[in-house]
Amino acid sequence: MSETEEKLIADGKRLDGREFEQLRPIQIEVKIINRANGSALVNFGETHAVASVHGPRALFPRWMQESDTGILRCRYNMAPFSVEDRKSPGPDRRSVEISKVSRLAIEPAIFLEDFPKATIDVFIEILQADGSTRVTGINAASLALADAGVPMRDLVTACSVGKINGVLVADLNGKEDNCSEADMSFAMLSTKKKITLLQMDGNVSKEELMILLNLAEKSCEKIYEMQKKALKEKYKRV
Amino acid sequence: MERYALELIEKGKRIDGRKFEEFRPITIKKGIVQKAEGSASVKIGETEVIVGVKLNIGEPYQDTKDEGTLIVNAEFTPMASPDFESGPPGEDAVELARVVDRGLRESKCIDLKKLCIVPEEKVWTMFVDIHIINHQGNLLDTAALASLAALLNAKVPKLDGENILRGEYERPLPVVFKPINITVGKVGEKFLIDPIFEEESILNPKLSISIRDDNNICALQKQGNGELTIEDIEKMVDIAIEKSKEIRKLV
Amino acid sequence: METKEIALPGEFIAERKGRKVSRGAYFEGEKVFAGVLGIPRMDDNEISVIPLSGVYTPSIEDKVVGIIQGVEISGWTVDINSPYLAFLPLSEGVSEFVDTQRTDISRFFDVNDIIFCKISKVTKNKTIQVSMRNIGSRKLFGGITIKVTPTKIPRMIGKGGSMISLIKERTGCEIIAGQNGIVWMRGERKDKAIEAIMTIEKESHIVGLTEKIEKMLSEVV
Repeated sequence: MSETEEKLIADGKRLDGREFEQLRPIQIEVKIINRANGSALVNFGETHAVASVHGPRALFPRWMQESDTGILRCRYNMAPFSVEDRKSPGPDRRSVEISKVSRLAIEPAIFLEDFPKATIDVFIEILQADGSTRVTGINAASLALADAGVPMRDLVTACSVGKINGVLVADLNGKEDNCSEADMSFAMLSTKKKITLLQMDGNVSKEELMILLNLAEKSCEKIYEMQKKALKEKYKRV
Repeated sequence: MERYALELIEKGKRIDGRKFEEFRPITIKKGIVQKAEGSASVKIGETEVIVGVKLNIGEPYQDTKDEGTLIVNAEFTPMASPDFESGPPGEDAVELARVVDRGLRESKCIDLKKLCIVPEEKVWTMFVDIHIINHQGNLLDTAALASLAALLNAKVPKLDGENILRGEYERPLPVVFKPINITVGKVGEKFLIDPIFEEESILNPKLSISIRDDNNICALQKQGNGELTIEDIEKMVDIAIEKSKEIRKLV
Repeated sequence: METKEIALPGEFIAERKGRKVSRGAYFEGEKVFAGVLGIPRMDDNEISVIPLSGVYTPSIEDKVVGIIQGVEISGWTVDINSPYLAFLPLSEGVSEFVDTQRTDISRFFDVNDIIFCKISKVTKNKTIQVSMRNIGSRKLFGGITIKVTPTKIPRMIGKGGSMISLIKERTGCEIIAGQNGIVWMRGERKDKAIEAIMTIEKESHIVGLTEKIEKMLSEVV
């Protein structure tokens, strides 16, 4: 989209009052859809995502089955009312691509070999969009999978980082996303810290890229603490 | 075949004898489709992609009222591989088109302001259509290179009032940068570029990197299964920057 | 010994120290991690994690409540509440000799019949076989079935069957809890039994559950 000369930084702070590395207020809730095997809601400021998991379950048609491993299917979808200009329902090219990269972001975390011939279906719905929707969705999906009791190596934590008015920042909101000089979507296995999603567009030098990657990792560490807290609170033993 | 490729790579070799950081022979032909405003065919080894650029008059986007627009589309034609089916683009074709688009768009390689006809009303819309002719590995780099070559070959048609005088041109398309896309794959602890078809499934994961003339990175896309570390990414970007200089000279 | 807090997938649980690492946990070198959201359990011999939820994964010797899904020529397909359909071969379901050319085997088990049986075979790519040729296996008549999270069944049965006996006594119901999460029951006060079971389902991770159930059931008239 267009990069204008818009002022996104004033007096050393971002337009919404945040520090450069500060994340928006985050809300997390798990097990919110009782008909699903697992579910979660994650809000990053005004970006709201809900994820639900059905499975592992039998996979039909048969020819789609992998005889020695399970498969993961993922659908990212934006509700028509989630954006200012109503979005026509149904997949568009952007949703198709995001569904693909979201699936690849989560797959490495799951012990798919434990479920040959079966499928695990993950549905991500964006109910309100204000920037960084795909990473919010991935954070919700990872929690929904854990909530569903799917065998996993690790959780997956995701965040966005970017460059606005020449400054490197974390967690871009809608306006910052549109006017950024660079924006990056990043996801990693939460404790192993291996990167499973990486997309960037904009214009950065190699040095800036390395700083952004480290900023993304640090931001994910903060988000992971909140994912952990949400799960442990929900299932407190006493 | 994949297991053989893997064995060889562990020993430091590749099926076709290339070095890990070596491209297959590259042939670029421009202006092969007369009816298009710009066109190019690129072969990297046996992988072949033809790109046609067509210009039409359209409306500008809301927030860029004095700039031309760019639309990139890719067709994985069934003739190119037994795995491609006819019908609307699948997720791989959509991804390829969008990644090539971002490489061109974010690098600002076309001076869009020079494609404005009447501000807020009429601008030139560039359609970049990617047609895969043969899939022998590394479609993305080939498609990106062919797109760039086609844009470099393209000319802006003359206008007679409302009508486009197809076949008569007033100037070349204003291309100011040459972004080059290099995909680097990880196999074990090694990195290699330009996979042939048989190597594709063992390169996990891959990182597609679009580099501009000033060595700035304009687009990144991790592809395939698996994970990367920050150290991996740094090495892959270094490789991409080096190779992009080599490839840029060819186009 | 169970830990106080639940563990998340990827969280470090303990050093291996030569112990067996079984379901719900995995190891990398000497370190053992949780492989599912659940309650880590460890003693001197084994480290595992009891999942808080999840679908049923069949294991040999499991006793399950199944529902006949289809009648084939030499056996029946059985829904055992898992991503995998099980098969009950004729020879494992019926002890008499049956001439399959002349007999319609649905007279033994028909679609929607409920059976209590044992998992007799699980292959590497999850082909499942069940058998009725063991003590306790039988067709279950009448009654209803409810579905609960399979990993909570041990809690519903209790140590040495203490919890399920309590519920059976106080409600006067016949109850069979399959390890696959299907619970069959028959009797007048099924409502009270279901209430008790659903409470265990929701609060199985909370300490002090037994007392709560006892109190709930003491009010049964």
